[in-house]
Amino acid sequence: MTGPEIAERLLRGELFALSRLISWAENAHPAFADALAAIYPRVGKAWRVGVTGPPGAGKSSLSNELVAELRRSGSTVGVLAIDPSSPFTGGALLGDRIRMEERTKDTGVFIRSMASRDGHGGLARAAVDACDVMDAFGFGTVLVETVGVGQSEYDVVAATDTVVVVLCPGAGDGIQALKAGILEVADVLVVNKSDLDGAEQLMLDLEDALRLRSIRRDGENSWDVPVVACSSHQGTGIDALRRAIEGHRAWLETRDLVGMRSHKRVQQVRRIVRERLEDELWGRHDDGSLESSLRASRTPYDVAHEILEPVLSSIHVAGTGRAEAGHAESGHAGSGHKGVRS
Amino acid sequence: MARKIRVLIGKPGLDGHDRGAKTIAAVLRDHGMEVIYTGLHQTPGMIAETALQEDVDVVGLSILSGAHMTLFPRVRAELEKRGMGHVLLTGGGIIPQEDSEALEKEGFGKLFGPGTRTEDIALWIQSTMEDRWKNEEIQA
Ligand SMILES: Nc1nc2c(ncn2[C@@H]2O[C@H](COP(=O)(O)OP(=O)(O)OP(=O)(O)O)[C@@H](O)[C@H]2O)c(=O)[nH]1
Ligand SMILES: [Mg+2]
Repeated sequence: MTGPEIAERLLRGELFALSRLISWAENAHPAFADALAAIYPRVGKAWRVGVTGPPGAGKSSLSNELVAELRRSGSTVGVLAIDPSSPFTGGALLGDRIRMEERTKDTGVFIRSMASRDGHGGLARAAVDACDVMDAFGFGTVLVETVGVGQSEYDVVAATDTVVVVLCPGAGDGIQALKAGILEVADVLVVNKSDLDGAEQLMLDLEDALRLRSIRRDGENSWDVPVVACSSHQGTGIDALRRAIEGHRAWLETRDLVGMRSHKRVQQVRRIVRERLEDELWGRHDDGSLESSLRASRTPYDVAHEILEPVLSSIHVAGTGRAEAGHAESGHAGSGHKGVRS
Repeated sequence: MARKIRVLIGKPGLDGHDRGAKTIAAVLRDHGMEVIYTGLHQTPGMIAETALQEDVDVVGLSILSGAHMTLFPRVRAELEKRGMGHVLLTGGGIIPQEDSEALEKEGFGKLFGPGTRTEDIALWIQSTMEDRWKNEEIQA
């Protein structure tokens, strides 16, 4: 199958094409870019909701309820459920789906599990690609679940339109959540398992923490993060959660939604460039060759420079100037961009 | 990055024991596969629908109820209906020797009876998928 062929089948509504194209995204299939180009005019209609929070907070159970609620309100839903891969074996048990199994019978719902794999930024690329594919297929809402730990998981939710952070009693207080930076990404906060003791206290803690935060922000222009109590077991608070998400959407739509989205696309471009470059470079330099360079008693910076040299010199030749631009946010200390001696 | 084998462990039918299914899911994970397990009492249609949405390479059925002679063909029919006839369909449980031979003759993958080492199931899936992918590459 070629890129345009699979794209055409997707646009005709074939689930097989949808599913296969997500695999292409995941496996960085060479024809994915062609396929995406063919469906890209249809990307942008879905509202993207990221659901994140600590392990076991009830993200999948809550997503299951939220999907049912969204269906009742007339939206079709595509779900991307991300679970961690084992760093030791590379395998994964993708267990989110089991909480949403009732939804499998509903043809307006599509659920896809994804493993975080090596997490080298490839996760965020694949996840955003998968969202684009589901968006183009025509789902009204695209929901992404990922556990709230790790940079690449953070990148995944940060690429959505509305970020729902799910907490629950017994997993620390609101101040801990604040310290962990988890409140910073939240557009909507959920205290899930509100049927359990401690839920009210957590609500109060979170509201305090948010008040502290808003003092430091420019009050007028910022979104007031609502705190919603839910119980996915009892099915309570789910309609309030949907309304909170819709409220955030309405708020964004009266502001610069296009600007916000294009800002997120910029991050995506950076990720694609970074991944392509790394694939190219590491394809030429395996661990063995790096180790032998290092054994020749040279510093990591010397070895990094040797690898970067051909790339950097071609950028300089092309005359675009500062080779270091755009690399500043990558956080890949190992690539030694700051310390390269030239 | 090596391509990952994606496996769905399905538990069709009425028996309520999924210890075996969970064990095999964990063993396959430990062999580097990405494993989806969806719980008890799945209909053949639900299993095939999940296989489609997850674009798995392998569906493994765990059947302890004795209904394997009807369930395997039904799952295969549901898979084919969804364009997923290429999936490697295999499984295990309480399946007598002559039944598994009969099913294997009908083109189902190797079936694993009681007492099989889980390790062997993982290795068989691995080598079968590696062969398939090699053949696909040659054809392409
Ligand atoms: N009491 C109570 N328990 C809940 C509720 N929602 C989920 N749980 C339980 O919390 C546990 C974890 O639920 P999941 O939905 O799998 O949580 P998760 O955040 O998706 O977990 P990971 O994806 O593994 O991080 C399960 O045992 C659920 O039954 C709730 O509203 N109340
Ligand atoms: Mg989950």
